[in-house]
Amino acid sequence: MSTDTDTTPQGAVTGLEKRIEQLRDGLGVFKGDRLGQIGIALVLVFVFVGVFARPITIEFLNVTIPGLAPHDPNARAVGGRLEPPSLAHPLGTTQLGRDVLSQLIAGTRVTLLVGSLAAFMAVFIGTNVGLISAYYGGWVDDVLMRITDIVYAVPFLPFAIVLVAIVGSSIVNIIGAIVLILWRSTARVIRSQVLSHKQRPYVESAEAIGASDVRIMYKHILPNVLPLAFLYAAFAVGYAVIAEASLSFLGFGDPNMLSWGEMIFTVYTADAIRQAWWWVFPPGIAITLFVMSVFFIGRTLEKVINPELRHQE
Amino acid sequence: MSLLEIRDLKTYYRADGGWVRATDGVSLSIDRGETVGLVGESGSGKTTLAKSIIRLFPDNAEIHGGSIDYDGTEITDLSDKELRRRIRWQEISMIPQNAMNGFDPVYTVGQQIVQVIRHHEEGVSKADARDRARDLFDELGIEPDRIDDYPHQFSGGMAQRAMIALALALGPSLVLADEPTTALDVVIQDRILETIKEKQAEIDSAMIMITHDMSVVSETCDRIAVVYGGRIVEIADARTIITNPRHPYTLGLRNAFPDISDDDQELISIPGTPPDLVDPGEGCRFAPRCPFAEEDCWEITPEPQEYEPGHFVECHRADEIDYLQSAAGEKSTWQDATTGDRDAVVDGGIVDTSGADATETEGGSADE
Repeated sequence: MSTDTDTTPQGAVTGLEKRIEQLRDGLGVFKGDRLGQIGIALVLVFVFVGVFARPITIEFLNVTIPGLAPHDPNARAVGGRLEPPSLAHPLGTTQLGRDVLSQLIAGTRVTLLVGSLAAFMAVFIGTNVGLISAYYGGWVDDVLMRITDIVYAVPFLPFAIVLVAIVGSSIVNIIGAIVLILWRSTARVIRSQVLSHKQRPYVESAEAIGASDVRIMYKHILPNVLPLAFLYAAFAVGYAVIAEASLSFLGFGDPNMLSWGEMIFTVYTADAIRQAWWWVFPPGIAITLFVMSVFFIGRTLEKVINPELRHQE
Repeated sequence: MSLLEIRDLKTYYRADGGWVRATDGVSLSIDRGETVGLVGESGSGKTTLAKSIIRLFPDNAEIHGGSIDYDGTEITDLSDKELRRRIRWQEISMIPQNAMNGFDPVYTVGQQIVQVIRHHEEGVSKADARDRARDLFDELGIEPDRIDDYPHQFSGGMAQRAMIALALALGPSLVLADEPTTALDVVIQDRILETIKEKQAEIDSAMIMITHDMSVVSETCDRIAVVYGGRIVEIADARTIITNPRHPYTLGLRNAFPDISDDDQELISIPGTPPDLVDPGEGCRFAPRCPFAEEDCWEITPEPQEYEPGHFVECHRADEIDYLQSAAGEKSTWQDATTGDRDAVVDGGIVDTSGADATETEGGSADE
């Protein structure tokens, strides 16, 4: 129902205007919320850096957009060993003479990829599990919720380490491990929301109208609980980034994918953690900033779900 | 042949203590274009009865017996899918009690009407469906441009009109109106009833009007069925029920409604509470609250008797009509009733106001 194919041009204009108005209303929660605005600004910066980190070649246009990273992050000896920050290398170099700034910029991409993909998949699974579980109830609910309980009992790091040790450490496996754990909270919260929504009169109306179960679940109940799913997605991004960094720091990261966690792992294994502060701080601060900004956005989105929060300022 | 023929319908709810017999052996037939009112207090089973027709009840409800013949189709034999495809909305639609909540809050009202039309009728373009929705709005007295509004932007009366538009969008043969005006003020109420009647006449659909408001049914219905304890205790044409009822419960119900022309009228409520429907036992279900209950009433379940053509009453003493009608008008008759309680179902002497509650909004869970 999102596209309104209106035949009368006048109707189309009002439809479009309404949609813009709605969007503005939706973004209205960010108005006057400094932290939320900072969060959005920071995330946009990270996304920009992540997208344009490395040169992008568009084949058929024969154009190459230069990357933001000044050097190839994996090229050795672009500078001396463990050089402190200088004009040539603003964030210094590693023990193999790699440029830290380039590594930081290139790492943004992996972090964003892991964060957004894992969060999206986890929330996708969680929302569906919660929706189906609550809507059908009975043994379906029992089975799905007992599985959720079991997943709740699994501690993340040991689970991920064992999983990665068995199936090998690649970016796909790491995302998989994060998703397998992360969907549980969304499932529970969405379930409780759907339980309340399925009792509401509009669901009975839809039933009376002759809508099927699938239609009621996905066309009527889902849009009503979607804001909550968005909120959990925002928090899941932060959680996934931390999880990926932890795994990488412990040495279970994808060796071919340079991430912020991987950088800290390398500093650690190079035994340079006490001396090369220019190599430790940037990835650490980047992780903190990114997760923080995502949480700021989540905090603001929470006001959409819980209007009471709007009056507490 | 009548449009809808319900025979000995039993709809029970599974509960901890056994089966709640919300509808227990009800027979009712409705002709094309006819309006039948179902009146009764909260928890009497009137909503369950109506919703049984399109099987719109919670998971713990079950049809335990009886048949529902709709225009030659046995509805109780249809699968859920067939019921959804063929009967619901296209043939039998519903106007819910609270229209405001009856709409999905995330879609505009127009989108929802368009969805309904396109869901049931093949090959209707979006633009055509929209035009029909606009026409419907116009006919029901709502500004057609407001189809692009969301339900929360509507006032209560307008939302109810929009719901009527939705219910009539497919030209159903039968409309179940579940207290369509309870949530509205009296002035709007009157206009809405007027609108419903007009549109109903136009598309020649029959209607079941569920309400506990005697004035609403007397105005809109051709026939009235009084529901008590899961059974129809009295049914007749509207005029007879209002002016010449025979069942003590109907008499009591009539007492509980004010007559605007009578200044001195004192409202008399029916003492006691609705019966326990888990194990109603033998005997008349109204006996514990009935001031006229005799030995037989406690032991023998009354069968419906036809007194005048089309006027059925389930009461052992319905032939003593003159005495019943005159005694029922006295307040003392009802106040003394509970003291005569044989099995102490209700504590002696306590005058409960639940009879008067019937004038207020519905809250009974068995009724939902």
